Amino acid sequence: MSNDLAIQARGLTKKFGELVAVNNLDLDVPRAHIYGFLGPNGSGKSTTIRMLCGLLTPSAGTANVLGSRVPGDTSVLKPRIGYMTQQFSLFGDMTVFENLQFIAEIYSFPKPDRATRIDELLERYNLFQQRKQLVGTMSGGQKQRLALSCAVLHRPELLLLDEPTSAVDPQSRRDFWSNLFRLAESGTTILVSTHYMDEAERCHRLAILDHGVKVADGAPQELALQTGMHIVQVEADDPYAAQGVLAALPEVASVTQLGMRLRVLLPQAVPDPEKVIDGALRANAVTASSRLANANLEDVFVAATMKSRDKAA
Amino acid sequence: MISATRLFAIVKKEVRQLRRDRLTFGMIVGLPIMQILLFGYAINTDVRDLRTAVADQANTSLSRQFIAEIGQTQVSTLTQKVQTAGELEQLLRTGKISLGVFIPPDFDRRVTDDSRAAAQLLVDGTDPTILGVANQLRMMPFTLGATSLFPAPGNIEVRAYYNPERRTPVNIVPGLIGIILTMTMMMFTAVAIVRERERGNLELLINTPLLSIELMLGKVLPYILIGLAQLGLILVVGWLLFDVPVRGSILDLYIAASVFIAANLALGLLISTVVNTQFQAMQFTVFLLMPSILLSGFMFPFDGMPKIARYLGEVLPTTHFIRMTKGIMLRNATLTELMPELVALGVFATVALLAAGLRFNKSLD
Repeated sequence: MSNDLAIQARGLTKKFGELVAVNNLDLDVPRAHIYGFLGPNGSGKSTTIRMLCGLLTPSAGTANVLGSRVPGDTSVLKPRIGYMTQQFSLFGDMTVFENLQFIAEIYSFPKPDRATRIDELLERYNLFQQRKQLVGTMSGGQKQRLALSCAVLHRPELLLLDEPTSAVDPQSRRDFWSNLFRLAESGTTILVSTHYMDEAERCHRLAILDHGVKVADGAPQELALQTGMHIVQVEADDPYAAQGVLAALPEVASVTQLGMRLRVLLPQAVPDPEKVIDGALRANAVTASSRLANANLEDVFVAATMKSRDKAA
Repeated sequence: MISATRLFAIVKKEVRQLRRDRLTFGMIVGLPIMQILLFGYAINTDVRDLRTAVADQANTSLSRQFIAEIGQTQVSTLTQKVQTAGELEQLLRTGKISLGVFIPPDFDRRVTDDSRAAAQLLVDGTDPTILGVANQLRMMPFTLGATSLFPAPGNIEVRAYYNPERRTPVNIVPGLIGIILTMTMMMFTAVAIVRERERGNLELLINTPLLSIELMLGKVLPYILIGLAQLGLILVVGWLLFDVPVRGSILDLYIAASVFIAANLALGLLISTVVNTQFQAMQFTVFLLMPSILLSGFMFPFDGMPKIARYLGEVLPTTHFIRMTKGIMLRNATLTELMPELVALGVFATVALLAAGLRFNKSLD
């Protein structure tokens, strides 16, 4: 494995009985990058993360994580990984400080530097005011900052974050991401799973998972250029009627309603997509205007998951 | 207005959820069956088959007939013959027998002499039930064919050892130590670990360098200290309020308690690997606590219970511990004399801990 990869996985598969949660996944995560896992619930994001840190044993395939073989002896790996669980998992009946102290002891953080490190984290993650507060009484955003500070306390090389922002408000999410960028700049590799498009957009690289299969992999901008779809934005007086008409067209791959607007995806092989749409709408007496648009990540996601389903069908 | 639809929506929901909680469902069936069996078998004031030793220093045909008569009452079963009263006392002290029959060399002559007791019944007076049985034996009219040479009622002396004042707390407190420790220790550990899993803390912990042995030991150690403190508390309160003695060595008592606590904590750990919620952990504890109360010799004299109840009782750590607390506290027995009980507890603790360790590792994947 080349030295600038933090994670390299080949053919990673996990079956739970009949269900294939992760199917033959290849993964290359460069060091000091924020690598996103985008996918709906049940797409295999958590299962993959759990396999990478040795919590679950893969049914097939292997991975190399920070030079350690997975599955294998993960005892050397664990001190080098920070893990933030999807469900808040710190101790609600202990204070912020007590939780940090506990984590420091569990990771055998050198005693002389412990107090300084905890102070530093309280300061950086804006928890100094709450240091004596019982964690159970804190807000979602505060809990999340504490969870992150506990995950990074021992200065891990690799940070695994399993839907870290699913329980916090947009402002907290923005702050959280600026913290992640700071960590990546200082050399930490971050693997983060999410189902928020705006978060996925911020990642250096991105893998889109659907039903355990990786359907796209690359930088977000790259992916947007490679959808293989025309994106047409349609504004209609009666978007519901317009959707009915367009969804019935054989050329149209997908229609999504966004308020009064529709986002229509057509394969790039279709010539003059606007004309196809305008023609169909006019023939059905729906007043609308349409224009070509650039693909956003949601379009990428829709296109990618659609392709994989076509292949499966 | 009460709506029948809404009401039955709740009823239906409860039944559905209950049906899916297989453990609770099992308890609904299992608890009544277990209690019927336990109470039916164990709660039995007709004491039978008390282990009895005889020291027959007369060894005449009359004394042998006397012994046979006692045997025919079925309350006692002759398990040993010894030579001296001292040997009987030793057997009583180590808990090997519940009843000792001492027949002096001049038994035949004493039988005809109303002023002197013809024989002595030596009993462990700490158990009121056994004491009552001995008193009944004493009042029992013995008939021997046509002759009425036999001891007249009141001509057999009952000597109650260890509790001459015949006070109930003296018997209850040593047993209570076993019950209290069983209840708190088992429940504390089971709940403590299940709580961590329920709240998601475990997922965090297993991703750290923490070893599962460290986690298990670390969780259990504080409770060992708590258990020992509880023992001290019971002893002090028992002594201050009820004058319950500790005739043997306190150190022996604490050693016995440490092994017993370890056994219960291991059992608690084992429970925690079987159940998913704190509520289930509590249910399971109650499930194991019932037989511990009924079959351990705490409620009823162990010796007088039916055979099947005694076999079940032997498998419970509480039974072995109560034998030790009674022995050490009331009969001044030493740990060496009670070694089989200590070994039984040690084996129990080891097996439960191994089983818990094996299951615990699995539950992490």
